Amino acid sequence: MSALLEVRGLKVRYGQITALSEVGLDVGEDEIVAIIGPNGAGKTSFLSAIAGVVPVTSGTITFRGDDILSLPMEEAVRKGIALVPEGRHVLPGLTVLENLKLGATIRNDAAGIRNDLERFLDAFPILHERRDEPAGRLSGGEQQMLVIARALMSRPTLLMLDEPSLGLAPRIVEQVYDMIKATRESGVTVLVVEQNARRALAVADRTHVLNSGVIRLSGTAETLSNDPDFEVAYFGLRTVRNE
Amino acid sequence: MSSSVIAVLIDAFSVGGLYALTALGIGLIFSVMRLANFAHAEFVTMPAYALFVLSGHPVIMAIAFSVLVAVVLALMTERVAFRPLRGIDPATMLIASFAVSMFLQRLLVFAFDSRIKPVDPLAFLDGSLTLLGADLNLLKLATVMTCLVLLVALTVFLKFTRFGLEMRAAAEDFTMSRLLGVRANRVIAMAFVLSALLAAVVALLFSAQTGFVHPRFGLQIVIIAFVATVIGGLGNLVGAAVGGFLVGVVSTLLQTFLPPDLRPFREAFVFFIVILVLLFRPQGLFPARGLKERI
Repeated sequence: MSALLEVRGLKVRYGQITALSEVGLDVGEDEIVAIIGPNGAGKTSFLSAIAGVVPVTSGTITFRGDDILSLPMEEAVRKGIALVPEGRHVLPGLTVLENLKLGATIRNDAAGIRNDLERFLDAFPILHERRDEPAGRLSGGEQQMLVIARALMSRPTLLMLDEPSLGLAPRIVEQVYDMIKATRESGVTVLVVEQNARRALAVADRTHVLNSGVIRLSGTAETLSNDPDFEVAYFGLRTVRNE
Repeated sequence: MSSSVIAVLIDAFSVGGLYALTALGIGLIFSVMRLANFAHAEFVTMPAYALFVLSGHPVIMAIAFSVLVAVVLALMTERVAFRPLRGIDPATMLIASFAVSMFLQRLLVFAFDSRIKPVDPLAFLDGSLTLLGADLNLLKLATVMTCLVLLVALTVFLKFTRFGLEMRAAAEDFTMSRLLGVRANRVIAMAFVLSALLAAVVALLFSAQTGFVHPRFGLQIVIIAFVATVIGGLGNLVGAAVGGFLVGVVSTLLQTFLPPDLRPFREAFVFFIVILVLLFRPQGLFPARGLKERI
């Protein structure tokens, strides 16, 4: 039995700098998998490599059994992988509605697209209210909702989120994570990358701690929070505990 | 008095319209790939030569041929010269576009020599029309009309079609658009085709106004259009159109109202105004968003 997404020995280098060395992990169907780690751990590089945004130095990435390494990035979404990159990236001059429509770029079922649009606009009254305004005028939280909804408009199998809680007020973070949970309940697998370890642990089925380009620790929220090595792994401290 | 005002305005608008279309042709490509395409000059010159080659044949045939020449040229240029350089810094692409421009210009000299050639593709518009007591040149009226129709058509295309939406998205954030599934090659090819169509129209109207073509035919209008896009705000299509229109109108008005002995220096006045605009609005009249956040 093979996982939905299988990553093996993934290495990403930018010139002399190694962002990821030999990272391997599986994401199973209908799971929420989280990758946590401090700034510069290689979390964004990991998602970018899967989506085809950055070139991979070595390793393999298979999705539903297909090799997806070195696909151009407009093809990853056609395979069923949607990435919500860090920093939200709404198309600021385009309206909220146009942003959502662009999420359906790869689809041709006009009726289905219309249905999904209505569903998201119903679920997010604020987006409905401001659907004809430029997306750049939304607040940070509204923009985050919009880009997740936009990614879901492609009807992905796997939704990848890069730091969805970054720069948002705690109340808004809750809303974003409610949305992530609802997404999984609708049958979409979620791979989320977070600096906000507590938040990610609370929602994920399995969590991997990434630091300096290497996965240091993996497990469920329970095992990780009880693991005395957790903080060492997260902060990359080389000191021995109880010192 | 009022009749001469109308004539001057039609005159000014016909020049402004041509500059606006040219500036839009440059702006379309710049907005999706940050390429200041200097070879746009030859996108105008080549179809004008196509009109010359087929002069004497039915005008529809000549126009169709010139449009075809423009589109094929634009697509080939994109494929051969610019696609391999995509993602490399804009300065390299700018220099490459100079190279393409020079190459095509020399090619024309080689094929047709560098002397001017007479063209009169729209001879049937030579007459004039009397409106509100003003004698209005039919060709200039047709130019104003054509520019208006094209501006509206382009707006509708960009605003209300799927392709147009993809192009606007690519102009705002190319990488994000690709992540949503917008195909880079297709959206860039589309920008080149639209740019070529606009260039072919400019070639037709401008050659009909001047009555001749030569290898530097497109260059004279494209240089001014470049200035116009900078005034309008590089990377902003509305800005490009307005900038082109303003430069055209201002230079025509200067031509009309400057004292006769100052008229030869008309361009100096135009560029003086350009400098003033840029001193006060360095980003242009309509600065583009998101020019810096490019990966």
